[in-house]
Amino acid sequence: MTIALRRLAIRLPDVSYRAYRVWQRNRDVYLRLWKAEAIWPLAEPLITLLALGVGLGGLVSRSELPGDQRYIEFIAPGILAVFPMWTAAAECGWGSFFRMENQRTYHAIIATPVSIEDVITGEILWGATRGLISSVYILAVTAAFGLLNSPLALLVPVAAYVSSFMFASVSLSYTSIARSISSLNYFFALFVTPQFWLGGVFFPLERLPEELQVASWFVPATHVVDIYRGLVEGNLNLGHLGDLAWIAVVGAVFYYLALVSMQRRLIQ
Amino acid sequence: MTEIIRARNLVKRYDGFTAVDGIDFSVRKGECFGFLGPNGAGKTTTVRMISCVSPVTEGELAVDGVDVWREPRRIKSILGVVPQEDNLDPDLSVRQNLAVYARYFDMPRELADQRIDESLVLFQLVDKQNEPIAALSTGLKRRLTIARGLINQPKILVLDEPTTGLDPQARHMVWQKLRYLKEQGVTMLLCTHYMEEAAHLCDRLVIMHQGRILVEGSPAELVEEYVGREVAEVQASGRQRERILTDVASRTGLTVEEVEDIIYIHTRTPDGRAQMADLIRDSDKVVYRPANLEDVFLRLTGRGLIE
Repeated sequence: MTIALRRLAIRLPDVSYRAYRVWQRNRDVYLRLWKAEAIWPLAEPLITLLALGVGLGGLVSRSELPGDQRYIEFIAPGILAVFPMWTAAAECGWGSFFRMENQRTYHAIIATPVSIEDVITGEILWGATRGLISSVYILAVTAAFGLLNSPLALLVPVAAYVSSFMFASVSLSYTSIARSISSLNYFFALFVTPQFWLGGVFFPLERLPEELQVASWFVPATHVVDIYRGLVEGNLNLGHLGDLAWIAVVGAVFYYLALVSMQRRLIQ
Repeated sequence: MTEIIRARNLVKRYDGFTAVDGIDFSVRKGECFGFLGPNGAGKTTTVRMISCVSPVTEGELAVDGVDVWREPRRIKSILGVVPQEDNLDPDLSVRQNLAVYARYFDMPRELADQRIDESLVLFQLVDKQNEPIAALSTGLKRRLTIARGLINQPKILVLDEPTTGLDPQARHMVWQKLRYLKEQGVTMLLCTHYMEEAAHLCDRLVIMHQGRILVEGSPAELVEEYVGREVAEVQASGRQRERILTDVASRTGLTVEEVEDIIYIHTRTPDGRAQMADLIRDSDKVVYRPANLEDVFLRLTGRGLIE
């Protein structure tokens, strides 16, 4: 059996606790730079809530929105959902690509008892952690606007970790086949940005043409935004379990793809 | 001396291209073993297989008695790798680079701190310990990369072109550190295309070319066997050149090689110098020097440019 696998150059993924060593490396770097890293997750939601929530929101009548909400209340859960998505995807997109190809950090690490699968796992767990950190900052901003209506909002960081794990896995899978840093533009322009604008954050999805509504069901951000609405508005229901299952499946599939594909790229 | 690395009929193929073509060698504990060869000879591929980051296509490769395919983590825990490229972590300081690397080996923090202090002293990096990597010169980066490779006190230190791109001072500093480590009993694998470096550091070496091992031996043995003791480099043309070439052919103990406008005459006999002088008495463009590994290398791998 082992001989046959060896001949086929197939190796089963070899993940261990050492993924945590990679996570620690990223944390140490983050702690050196944390002030500069805190600017985006504080400034972006703040600007968005002011521009769209306060500014544009004044032009939107309440009766057009579900649950008789103000527009700023309508977009708050979505903002909590999609900015961490950006953080996690960027960390495992541009960040990971830069570490892998420009800094050769992965090459340095796999010369030690840490396996490439540990590296990938550590990177994704770190991407998820970055999403969680972002969500805490954004939670503070939305709380300052008085937009959190339920104690369930305290579970937002947990949801952020799970959903960011998924986005980080998808992003790293793409990174594993990216030829250059500029080819990541395809991923961010065609996958991340559409989810940001069309994932049900800024308007109810029923406004879209019917075909697009069906398509949006397959988009991960839609399910993430759904869960956040439940948490922030305090009306979680069984339907949200389906969203969670969807996120778990996409996360697991892309995590596995990232493992296999990176192993192919780096262990030659 | 016991064997610490053993390769039998080792092969590495990439999509039809054979980078390593059935080589055999063994490395003994405590020695410095060199892989010499032009670019593309298969040296780096061989050490990548030893370092468990490139799967073996065929053959056997065991490090410290363990098959590389079977227990890569265990092998990697006893290796120190100093790669050709600079892959220090630019996001971290000098000291953090060592600390984070020690953690990859699961080293307890206190022990790591102690080893880091020692190695900062050994590699003369104490004043730089809080600097970012970008503030280091090429020579300092090399020293730090070697210090990083030693953090786990490896049984085997793998060095891939450790002095490429260094100025002479920095190169000698690196050599001095490597000699010190050898005295401490560290087994070393050295890939290089600097013959002087190999002659300086290696107990035994192999010369590789196009994925195969051409010869194996100590630097002195190889020089003696393949080029003899002394070399005369004569720049001659026309009649003079023809005369020298005919005369050499009639004398035993002298061999000749022509490369463009230079004639290299090698001698193996004690009176070789006199014989050579006799031959080329009327040329004023001549240099006598002891034969060296570079002569062996060029003789075996050819003088044509290999790309």
